[in-house]
Amino acid sequence: MWTFFHRLASPPHIYRLAAIFAPWLLFPGLVLVAYGTYGGVFVAPTDYQQGDAFRIIYVHVPAAYLSMMAYMIMAVGGGIGLIWRIKLAHTVGAAAAPLGAAFTLLALLTGSIWGRPMWGTWWEWGDPRLTSELILLFLYFGYMALRAAIDDTLKADKACAVLALVGVVNVVIVHYSVEWWSSLHQGQTLLRKGGPAMDPAMLYPLLAMILGFTLIFGALLLRRVRTEVLYRERRTRWVREMIMAGQGGK
Amino acid sequence: MGNYGAYVWTCFALALAVLVYSDWSARVRHKRVYRDIEVRIKALEERE
Repeated sequence: MWTFFHRLASPPHIYRLAAIFAPWLLFPGLVLVAYGTYGGVFVAPTDYQQGDAFRIIYVHVPAAYLSMMAYMIMAVGGGIGLIWRIKLAHTVGAAAAPLGAAFTLLALLTGSIWGRPMWGTWWEWGDPRLTSELILLFLYFGYMALRAAIDDTLKADKACAVLALVGVVNVVIVHYSVEWWSSLHQGQTLLRKGGPAMDPAMLYPLLAMILGFTLIFGALLLRRVRTEVLYRERRTRWVREMIMAGQGGK
Repeated sequence: MGNYGAYVWTCFALALAVLVYSDWSARVRHKRVYRDIEVRIKALEERE
């Protein structure tokens, strides 16, 4: 079994597998997002409290969820890389960081745009959910800056893994902030006791958007993992042979 | 959309921009890395 895993995690194998699987995640993801957008914007009924502004959740919730998931991928990758010294784990972590930062920024911007008509303000510094999500964005920036600042890949991997693991505390705070403290942000809508507090006509497009965004995220992550593998393996024989044969460029 | 159309559509436009940019930047970086390695290999071969 270990031979299978070692072969699976070998850079040439991952490079080829990522190219094969990325489109298989991307296209179903795009279909689900198209369905979710249609259902969320044109079919779902207007919310009795928030009016049509509630439709922002169809991009805000998937972005916020992915902002935390990408960080967990970085942290788990860092942990696996530190404990079992599997280089691929660090590679995945490095590839997830820019995507996580992009989705965190999207969650912050869409949340702020939602806040203006609902709360009467673009931003509230005292709010724990907003502030911890902003700290998450700074953690992503810190992770990427740290990686860029260290030339030695092995040292950069170790330092970034430690930073990612320490930062998990903030992800827990982001998730539970609306339960632990008084917050402008509404409480859990999907993951709550007694099931989701939404009408099915609103819920199904949201689930489609979450799944669709996740699949697209997976496709983008595979693309970035592929590039990261290529960069890290640039002096190896398999990369030289592949490029001399004119393969692996797409 | 009532009075909220601008807010809602801005959010969807931002989401589209993030997805398109993430895809574009990943493609550009891959091309650049591949090309850099290609140039280095060719330079090495010429030297050999």
